[in-house]
Amino acid sequence: MSAAVPVRPTAVAPTILEVENLKKWFPIRRGLLRRVVGQVRAVDDVSFTIRRGETLSLVGESGCGKTTTSRCILRALTPTSGAIRFRTEAGRQVDVAVLPKTELRPLRRQMQMIFQDPFSSLNPRMTITDIIAEPLLVNGVRDLEERRRRVRELLDLVQLPAAYMNRFPHAFSGGQRQRIGIARALALNPALVVADEPVSALDVSVQAQILNLLLDLQDRLGLSYLFVAHDLSVVKHVSDRVAVMYVGKIVELAPTAAIFARPLHPYSEALLSAVPVPDPRRRRQRIVLKGEVADPSNPPPGCHFHPRCPYAIDRCRGEEPALRQLANGHLARCHRAEELSLGGVQEGGETRAPKVRAAAH
Amino acid sequence: MAEPILSVRGLQTWFHQDEGIVRAVDGASFDLEPGRTLGIVGESGCGKSVTARSILRIVERPGRVEGGQILLRRADGRVTDLARLDGQGREMRAIRGGEIGYVFQEPMSSLSSFHTIGNQLIEAIRLHAALGKRAARERGVELLSLVGIPRPAQRIDSYSFELSGGLRQRVMIALALAAEPRILIADEPTTALDVTTQAQILDLIRRLQDERDLAVILITHDMGVIAEMTDDVVVMYLGRDVERGPVDAIFHEPKHPYTRSLLRSIPSVLATPRSRLRTVEGSIPHPYNRPAGCPFHPRCPDAMPGLCERSLPGAVALGERREASCFLHEKPASGATAPVPTLLEPRA
Amino acid sequence: MSTVLDAAPAPVTTVAEEKVAVATQLQLTWWRFRKHKVAVASGVIVAFFYLVALLADFLATIGPHATDAARSYIPPQEIHWFDEDGSFRPHVFALKGKRDPRTFRLVYAPDPEDKRYLVLFGQGYAYEFLGLFPTSRHLVGLDRGNPEEALFLLGTDQLGRDFWSRLVLATRTSLVIGLAGVALSLFLGVLLGGISGLYGGWIDTVIQRLIEILRSIPTIPLWMGLAAALPASWSVLQIYLAITVIISLIGWTELARVVRGRFLSLREEDFVTAAELAGASRMRIIFRHMVPSFLSHIIAAVSLALPAMIISETTLSFLGLGLRPPAISWGVLLQDAQNIQALGIAPWLLLAAVPVIVVILAFNFLGDGLRDAADPYG
Repeated sequence: MSAAVPVRPTAVAPTILEVENLKKWFPIRRGLLRRVVGQVRAVDDVSFTIRRGETLSLVGESGCGKTTTSRCILRALTPTSGAIRFRTEAGRQVDVAVLPKTELRPLRRQMQMIFQDPFSSLNPRMTITDIIAEPLLVNGVRDLEERRRRVRELLDLVQLPAAYMNRFPHAFSGGQRQRIGIARALALNPALVVADEPVSALDVSVQAQILNLLLDLQDRLGLSYLFVAHDLSVVKHVSDRVAVMYVGKIVELAPTAAIFARPLHPYSEALLSAVPVPDPRRRRQRIVLKGEVADPSNPPPGCHFHPRCPYAIDRCRGEEPALRQLANGHLARCHRAEELSLGGVQEGGETRAPKVRAAAH
Repeated sequence: MAEPILSVRGLQTWFHQDEGIVRAVDGASFDLEPGRTLGIVGESGCGKSVTARSILRIVERPGRVEGGQILLRRADGRVTDLARLDGQGREMRAIRGGEIGYVFQEPMSSLSSFHTIGNQLIEAIRLHAALGKRAARERGVELLSLVGIPRPAQRIDSYSFELSGGLRQRVMIALALAAEPRILIADEPTTALDVTTQAQILDLIRRLQDERDLAVILITHDMGVIAEMTDDVVVMYLGRDVERGPVDAIFHEPKHPYTRSLLRSIPSVLATPRSRLRTVEGSIPHPYNRPAGCPFHPRCPDAMPGLCERSLPGAVALGERREASCFLHEKPASGATAPVPTLLEPRA
Repeated sequence: MSTVLDAAPAPVTTVAEEKVAVATQLQLTWWRFRKHKVAVASGVIVAFFYLVALLADFLATIGPHATDAARSYIPPQEIHWFDEDGSFRPHVFALKGKRDPRTFRLVYAPDPEDKRYLVLFGQGYAYEFLGLFPTSRHLVGLDRGNPEEALFLLGTDQLGRDFWSRLVLATRTSLVIGLAGVALSLFLGVLLGGISGLYGGWIDTVIQRLIEILRSIPTIPLWMGLAAALPASWSVLQIYLAITVIISLIGWTELARVVRGRFLSLREEDFVTAAELAGASRMRIIFRHMVPSFLSHIIAAVSLALPAMIISETTLSFLGLGLRPPAISWGVLLQDAQNIQALGIAPWLLLAAVPVIVVILAFNFLGDGLRDAADPYG
């Protein structure tokens, strides 16, 4: 279904966020004296940009580093190294990674987060008015009436009745709580919203409501989203561009249509192949990867994906590939990207079968 | 058409809580045929997990199977109503594992951390077969190899926490198949796993089904998994089955408004990027607040005022193996619904 | 079908549903607590005991320090509830001393000719009611004559002191020491546990190791050592306070662990992160977000720590290391009952153990009920 989608300004809009060589390593400590014996390379040299008004999705399985990346961007975690350049309302570029704490607070107004778990993201002891108004209160809006007015405005924006203002979170369903979380995130009119798996914990029929809401809000308010998810179907519905992560690195970054139709990295191909398609007539031979997701504290040498990759050659075992630009806006981290012809999913049409099939483990 | 190996009729499982009675399952009926996969799909509160646990009579207290029939055709041909058996009794224990295997949702918490997987496997094997320890252990290694665990002879002595999620789920499957059951019930077997691991596990289940001619009941909320894995589907909502049929018919000719709304609202990799989804209005009611009449009527785009909020629609046969519980399909004059022929008659 | 977001219609809610929806966590906790009959009953019992403690002097009948060797080991007096004519007029028979012809000991026995009726608000020894004004009215008295002649509801001890009055006053002492001890533990526990949980790092390590060291020392020898170190010349009050402090020095560790655990887990909660990201100050996060979350746990922990304090004091005093005469507490009373002679002759002295058991049990049930109400899933 090609709904009338507003023209996307993404191609020419200015960049609002520029992440460069971001690293976040967690030390592993052993022994009585807590000596450092290793590092968990949760985020290992990640770079991407987000333009104003666009949605970039970070996709990957457990341990890939997408959640850690999202927390670094908001400085909920302090990066080990790298730069996170954010363009403020005033037009200045600030590096969030190294900003002193005092300057961080005013900046926080412009970047907010939507959390995954609707049950732990709201303080059960505060009314939803207090929850939504808190960002206003701590940022200087002293007048109670002013805050309440704004809360009503926000509740309207997320389609919750104002009659619920005095209720506590326990009175709401999961989907409604997510709406409250979204209202809170929007209270200060942020330019960038980091959504950390915002629909993973919701029922399917409610997911659709929240996804639509996020898209509508983006159009209305000109928001930029960094969308973290593990579900590729959800990603297809909300993203302009998609970054696939594996064990702390971005292995592919491309516009949505391109990456789904014709991925350039074998892991992306395997991910797409693994997603069950809700149409029994589209059953296909799937690529079943062997082995388990690599351990970020001890990743394989060379290309981290090589032990599971159906196309691996000797070079992959020894030499780590760089993230290279291969087509317009399409980057992949694979030595063989140019020569492989990988299969993806076409909208509504035939599924492009993968050329090289892997043995079922 | 083969006779079903398992037939559930009008199953009711209620939870008697202080605040009231929660009718987790309140009228579920479906058939499972040998060698085929039946998918039970629904969202939270629909009762799919409770249905599966009711079949094996392992519903946790204060839940109880209150009514209905669970007809199992045994290996020797006779039919037993599991709902009538003593839940703790000998016969039911022999059936658990021996005739029906169960794979749990959370591999992390469903395996004991205090015993090696070998211990658990051998226990399961010896409960249903008179084998000595050595022979049981050999069988255990065979089973591990069957489910694709590398180096099974060494792994059999590992503890569950030493294994990854995918491997643990394979062990769960091995446990479920230890006593060579003819039916396998898998309750959301891949929900807690990564998508590539999910592909591995589903692939494994399908292969095992082919090799052993298992009848599989697959419980999930993921319509994609249903489309990939099942032959027949039961759609549940708030404790009742609202539609049944072959998977192709369910996806391409859904008859119940809930099924239609659900199919329209699921995100899909086949969609146009950034396309809006059609939503189902409202949210799933709290079990204490069951709507009167048809449980779906407050959210139904086709609700008929005066009828749907007052009466409960019965199951209407719409073809071979095809049923929907909706007044849209009922013949208004007769009022009563055409009863679905029971394929399995309970014999004394 | 329109692709515009389907608005959630304002549902019709019943008054009861609305009440639940706007109920604070405190109200929900109270409603859950009310359902536990045993816990509620225990709460009533605890409240009753503290009432007794408050009105101790009023409930006593005879001066607790009034000794009279002649009245030693008198058994509890029988109260006759009905007169000969059947009317409800409780009375006792006054005690008259008679010399036993064989041992020449003065033996007191009830004199059936000397009937004294029990009255409410009778006269007795002088005291200050709640420390406010002097009076000599007590709950129960005699219609004529001195209570010291006739009213020994629970008998006397070896020194001829009225056991009932001593028991009532002991209740006050023991319960108050319990409270004071817990208050001190609470302060130390929340402070150190909070610092530990919030800041982590080396300060957390130091505090945790300290707690572990303290907890690994066997308590009774530790108390013995500390109590023995108290100068004998100290006044009763000073010793009283010192005992409280000694008991609290160990008691705070349990509370500190609970508080630290809660802070640690709360730090990771999404709603705390959300507040941080909104720009909330550290203070606000601690007091607005974290403290209310574990307040109920603290209350439950406190109500379970109180019985421990009471037992500690009773134990210490029973061993002769805590409060000593002339101070009166349950432990002191039990010490009097420590010898075979007493058990053989005056078994009623063991009644001092009864309130201890009842109060401890009641506190435990109350604490369990509070804890379950506060955190049904914890």
